Amino acid sequence: MKTIKVSLQYSLNSITTPLVSNLIRKFNVEVNILHANISLNKIGTLIADITGNDQDIQDALDYIENQDGIRYKLFNKKLIWQEEDCVHCGACTAVCPSNALTMNKDTWCLEFSKEKCLVCGLCAKACPLNVMSLQA
Amino acid sequence: MQKTIAEINEKIKSGKATVFTAEEIISVVEEKGVKKAFEEVDVVTTGTFGPMCSSGMFINFGHSNPPIRMSKVSLNDVPAYAGIAAVDAYIGATEHSERLGMQYGGAHVIEDFIKGKDIVLSAESYGTDCYPRKDIKTIINKNSVNQAYLFNPRNCYQNYAAATNSTDKIMYTYMGTLLPEFGNVTYSTSGELSPLLNDPEYRTIGIGTRVFIGGTQGYVAWEGTQHDPDQERLENGVPIGGAGTLALIGDAKKMSSRYIKAAIYEKYGVSMFVGVGIPIPILDEDMLMKTAVRNRDIQTVLVDKSGRENLNIKLNYEQLRSGYVEIRGNKVHTAPLSSLRLAREIAHELKKQVQQGEFMLTEPVEKFKTKGHRLNKLEDREV
Repeated sequence: MKTIKVSLQYSLNSITTPLVSNLIRKFNVEVNILHANISLNKIGTLIADITGNDQDIQDALDYIENQDGIRYKLFNKKLIWQEEDCVHCGACTAVCPSNALTMNKDTWCLEFSKEKCLVCGLCAKACPLNVMSLQA
Repeated sequence: MQKTIAEINEKIKSGKATVFTAEEIISVVEEKGVKKAFEEVDVVTTGTFGPMCSSGMFINFGHSNPPIRMSKVSLNDVPAYAGIAAVDAYIGATEHSERLGMQYGGAHVIEDFIKGKDIVLSAESYGTDCYPRKDIKTIINKNSVNQAYLFNPRNCYQNYAAATNSTDKIMYTYMGTLLPEFGNVTYSTSGELSPLLNDPEYRTIGIGTRVFIGGTQGYVAWEGTQHDPDQERLENGVPIGGAGTLALIGDAKKMSSRYIKAAIYEKYGVSMFVGVGIPIPILDEDMLMKTAVRNRDIQTVLVDKSGRENLNIKLNYEQLRSGYVEIRGNKVHTAPLSSLRLAREIAHELKKQVQQGEFMLTEPVEKFKTKGHRLNKLEDREV
């Protein structure tokens, strides 16, 4: 079993396809939606973790590739937090869209949840000390 | 009943002073009551660790042979002000590198200097009879120069407006990245731990007050620039929004890079985190009550950084720290910009130093005015 993180881009008229449901039923994979911004007649984005065995995941990706108007992108980078150089100011938490970066309300130390991270890179730009970076 | 600073210093000297941080004192007063707590407590320590742009360092490089009257100076390619005596210069925290732009600035030079790193000094001159040399490029560090002291014209803002963005575009500001359509709120003080919020009427903090700055002992040199004590205040004396400020001075050679950190705000520029702590002598019950101020007793205004809308919203620091506030019926995420974690560490470090007799308190040489200031604006006038 492995988990991959994907970003799906929906073009204008593609949201009529019940994509997530099909992935689960046809390919025996788990889909954990991390972020979704999808509306009728608009382009949309969905970010999800897909978990399954190697072959099922590959089949699922091939299936997505064959859908008209839907493209996927794999997240092959991860966020690196140099915790020892961090001053825990909290500037990154202002921009984190998934609450992967939060302040602990007792210690006021920064906390990072790898599972919630969308690898969007906004924190890396917002960090005044450059202790956040995206690495392959 | 009253205590004097001299009496408190006697207790500090003999290692018998009772000291709490500005966070700890709140529950001490709640549990013991004001009268009993006043009898027991001598000093309350404060702390703050936030980006403070109005900071910089004076350096005297020493004279070369042959000597030069430096008229243009740069340190690691960051321009420094050299319009003073021959080998004196001032490097401002927010100055950008001529080569790297805002990726490296005056604050980085200062942090590197404090770390003991070598720094490239380049200087030019027009040459004079007594200073014939016209240029020099050499390496300096904290062991090679004479004096090197931070002189920060404005630190420790007493309170500061929280920031948001009403426009449909992301804004990159000194208050961090502000997301469109009231997408977030940022704020920057240490609230109930902040030095001037614990002495809101400047009864004990004035010119000459000894302070913890950047890990060493420094002093309040003057009122800070834009000092504005006439700001609207709550009944407890706490100003709603920016008010008092301090000009601070301290020996950079003795500072620690743990408490001085260069900062880069995206598409805005360079700033510098400065760690400051001030001990407050508990002279009477009023002073004790002032230091027992809680986050919910401290309010600030919320400002739309685009300048488009007058929001007319006041928030207290308990609300800001909760993680969410309400703007026009919507729940908006809040984020701090100054490190409470480090502010706390500074207050505890200062507490330890006072308890161990290493940090003596001072009587202000002169007190700040609490009224009668006017914050002037810059007018466009015909020249």
